[in-house]
Amino acid sequence: MFGLEKRDTSMLIIVAVLTMFAPFILNPFPAGSALAQFNAGYPDLMQRFVIFGIFAIGFNILFGLTGYLSFGHAAFLGVGSYSAVWMFKLLSMNVIPAIILSVIVAGLFSLLIGFVSLRRSGIYFSILTLAFAQMSFNLAYSVLTPITNGETGLQLTLNDPRVLGVSATADGSIPVTNLFGMEMRSTFELAVGPWAFQFNAGYYLCAVILLLAFYLSIRIFRSPFGMMLRAVKSNQQRMNYTGLNTRPYTLAAFVISGMYAGLAGGLMASMDPLAGAERMQWTASGEVVLMTILGGAGTLIGPVLGAGFIKYFENIFSKINDGVLHSWFSFMPDGLENAMVTLIHPFVGKGWHLTLGILFMLVVIFLPGGLVEGGQRIRKWAKNKRSGGETPTGKTEPAE
Amino acid sequence: MDAILLQILNGLDKGSAYALIALGLTLIFGTLGVVNFAHGALFMIGAFCAVTVQRLLNLSFEVVDPDKTDFLGQPLKVKTPYVEAWFGPEMGGAIIDWAVPLAILFAIPIMIGVGYVMERGLIKHFYKRPHADQILVTFGLAIVLQEVVKYFYGANPIQTPAPESLNGIVNLGAVIGMDIVYPVWRVVYFLFSVVIIGGIFSFLQFTTFGMVVRAGMADRETVGLLGINIDRRFTIMFGIAAAVAGLAGVMYTPINSPNYHMGMDFLVLSFVVVVVGGMGSLPGAVLAGFMLGVLESFASMNEIKSIIPGIDQIIIYVVAIIILLTRPRGLMGRKGVMED
Amino acid sequence: MGILEVKNVGKRFGGLQALGDVNLSVKENTVHAIIGPNGAGKSTLLNCLVGKLIPDTGSVMFDGQSVLGRAPYEINQMGISRVFQTPEIFGDLTVLENMLIPCFAKRDGAFELNVLPSVLGQKDVLEKAEHMLEEMNMADKRHMHAAAMSRGDKRRLEIGMCLSQEPRLLLLDEPTAGMARADTNNTIDLLKQISDERDITIAIIEHDMHVVFSLADRITVLAQGTPLVEDDPQNIRGNPKVREAYLGESA
Repeated sequence: MFGLEKRDTSMLIIVAVLTMFAPFILNPFPAGSALAQFNAGYPDLMQRFVIFGIFAIGFNILFGLTGYLSFGHAAFLGVGSYSAVWMFKLLSMNVIPAIILSVIVAGLFSLLIGFVSLRRSGIYFSILTLAFAQMSFNLAYSVLTPITNGETGLQLTLNDPRVLGVSATADGSIPVTNLFGMEMRSTFELAVGPWAFQFNAGYYLCAVILLLAFYLSIRIFRSPFGMMLRAVKSNQQRMNYTGLNTRPYTLAAFVISGMYAGLAGGLMASMDPLAGAERMQWTASGEVVLMTILGGAGTLIGPVLGAGFIKYFENIFSKINDGVLHSWFSFMPDGLENAMVTLIHPFVGKGWHLTLGILFMLVVIFLPGGLVEGGQRIRKWAKNKRSGGETPTGKTEPAE
Repeated sequence: MDAILLQILNGLDKGSAYALIALGLTLIFGTLGVVNFAHGALFMIGAFCAVTVQRLLNLSFEVVDPDKTDFLGQPLKVKTPYVEAWFGPEMGGAIIDWAVPLAILFAIPIMIGVGYVMERGLIKHFYKRPHADQILVTFGLAIVLQEVVKYFYGANPIQTPAPESLNGIVNLGAVIGMDIVYPVWRVVYFLFSVVIIGGIFSFLQFTTFGMVVRAGMADRETVGLLGINIDRRFTIMFGIAAAVAGLAGVMYTPINSPNYHMGMDFLVLSFVVVVVGGMGSLPGAVLAGFMLGVLESFASMNEIKSIIPGIDQIIIYVVAIIILLTRPRGLMGRKGVMED
Repeated sequence: MGILEVKNVGKRFGGLQALGDVNLSVKENTVHAIIGPNGAGKSTLLNCLVGKLIPDTGSVMFDGQSVLGRAPYEINQMGISRVFQTPEIFGDLTVLENMLIPCFAKRDGAFELNVLPSVLGQKDVLEKAEHMLEEMNMADKRHMHAAAMSRGDKRRLEIGMCLSQEPRLLLLDEPTAGMARADTNNTIDLLKQISDERDITIAIIEHDMHVVFSLADRITVLAQGTPLVEDDPQNIRGNPKVREAYLGESA
């Protein structure tokens, strides 16, 4: 189907089902129950899942296939956000031109940065992209204030021209982003008993775009171009002596992944029309690296899983405070309860970044293939155990 | 003329910090072949060693002074630092005043210890892994260290002043008949870094240990074949590099109040410094550190900023990009270092 | 006129004159061996032919066109393929993918933004790669990771990858170095078969005299960066100058 192999088609369908039914899947606990805090079916959170999913899918095209580790991809996301907000300011509140412009601008910007950075490989490349991203961040923060509005960030105002729209609505407020009239913020709530499921227009736009982005990435992975990128990662010397020019291949991969980042940035601004320099900081670049690695770099589904995983736990962990911890451990004797709370306290709430850093290290050390590899290992282990139980193998295990 | 000299001086203290961090980074690149994204965190830990020493010295006990009352008429509680109680108010006060320089003594063993644990506990296992993995795991470590410090010391910058007598300004130009007013502590910082850099270089140049390390930087396998336990020496080297970064951090605290993310800020620039100087070249790292520090300071002159606004924010990156495009191995880089 | 004409090529590395004044002419459809003791400049010469090094003086013409100043990939597209001393293959890819890549390079050139079509949809390239694998007796290994193969198989695969590009000149850099006797003989047979069955010129740098005398139609002896002598194998065997410079007493 869609020119894909059977396995890829089923993967696409799985992702489609997950995203389309996300408002149900992410809201398994009835409102008001103790576990309701683990629900994630809120429009802004779901939007973040898919937007970062797009970002990570794009990053994976560069890092997963070619092995070039960029530490500057947040710059493209930031540029995309700024472009989109400018489109809202100047043209109209329709998200389509904004998204298109953010992809184009991010593409051009990544062409420029990629052209310079890709003259070197390995860690030189990582450092160059890092330097570029930091430079863009500094620029956005200071000199480019007329374009970026510096520290405050770029926002919509009532004085924006919006030539194809209105500067202000009839009641004197700033108009909201829409898709040909359908407001991005509009949410339909479906109440089933104690459950309340939210269906948000913006989320569904992002989800459809995620599916398109995922589909495109499958096509790229399975194309001769994708194979060449994997060959670049495997052996550049052999590439060169096989008559292949590696530079345009890596540059194309860089620009494609930069455009994905721009798309993510444009969508972010479409959901919430503001853009700030902090989106470009290199820790933000580090986050997308983490998502990709955690899910499984070089695999198709990995980055989507990684993005979902991190954004979900970011949300959950940040919400856990001492009160919640006390209620969890209230079954324990007082001393033990307090000890447990003190022990866990640094890792939750504001300590989410600590947990993230530890997670980062653990994944790189023990599970370089990410969640996808973890899943494969478990499946293999289960299979071995099953077959091992039914048919005794010739090998004898040393007694322990 | 005065203005130009002043800008050069202004660049030297930042340049010193860049040079010291870049020196450690290069030592680790060169000897262990590892890209250490946590090196900035070591700088930051050094700075917080100074904070810790300052706080320890200020630990006080309270006594109620029955003779005096506060403005509410309550008996006045008087706080006396233990140090003052032990050494007398004069001597004790001096010790507290000199907290930052004293922190050096405290920081050296701590930093060597941190470096040792880091190398044996984590980095060692990554020698044979791809560079991307090294970058990622040390990046993770940097986040963890940063968050741990934030947990204990909070997110706000902490003031750690220099000793009173070194806190003023000095007219450096008096000798040559010019008027160049400059903070004393920055002069101290510069001299301090010169001493450290000189120390490292002579250590590598004149001791057997240093000779083996230099040989190991040039050709690790051969030295290993000679039956020299190069790994052990590399561990020690990592400890030294950590100490250098830490001391740079200790001494930097009066110039910039330390906060938990200062390491990351310096790290990015130090990487640029290393790349500009030439990966694996120690003199290159030092030279580029000072050069970029001074350039940055020139770019922040109002005369220059009025011609090219914002140039001070990006000058280092622009220079780095130009150098990498024209001299891909950096100013003094050797062929074949980290090029696989 | 040979297909490869090397004229007055010299290359210096600092104080070392790696190549003095090399003249070499490789005739079309022959097997030409370049031998010489260690440090004679064999590898330097080879690197000058494929664009890895640019000689200080002289010219290198392939089929009437200069190769100097061209990047390795451009020289490869002109029709020169290179086999390395230690097999250079795509270790992370499957054997079939290894074979597909040179076939795509042959069909699409140095770069093609082939983003949307599936590899499996490119029937012409697939057929060609499968055919080549069969010819190399590796069809049963097609889904294996290339890195997991034995050294002899890797060598076979690398040669097959080069051949699938239909090069006019195949350069081999000590193709049997570090191989067991049986693998060496297999490689000799393979190369013989290639030169007999195909319209191809082979230039080979080799240490192993057994390999050289089993294959070569013509031999150039290189010593201290200059060609000592160029002749047919039987004459090289008897040449006292060569004995002295290279073969020593053992020959």
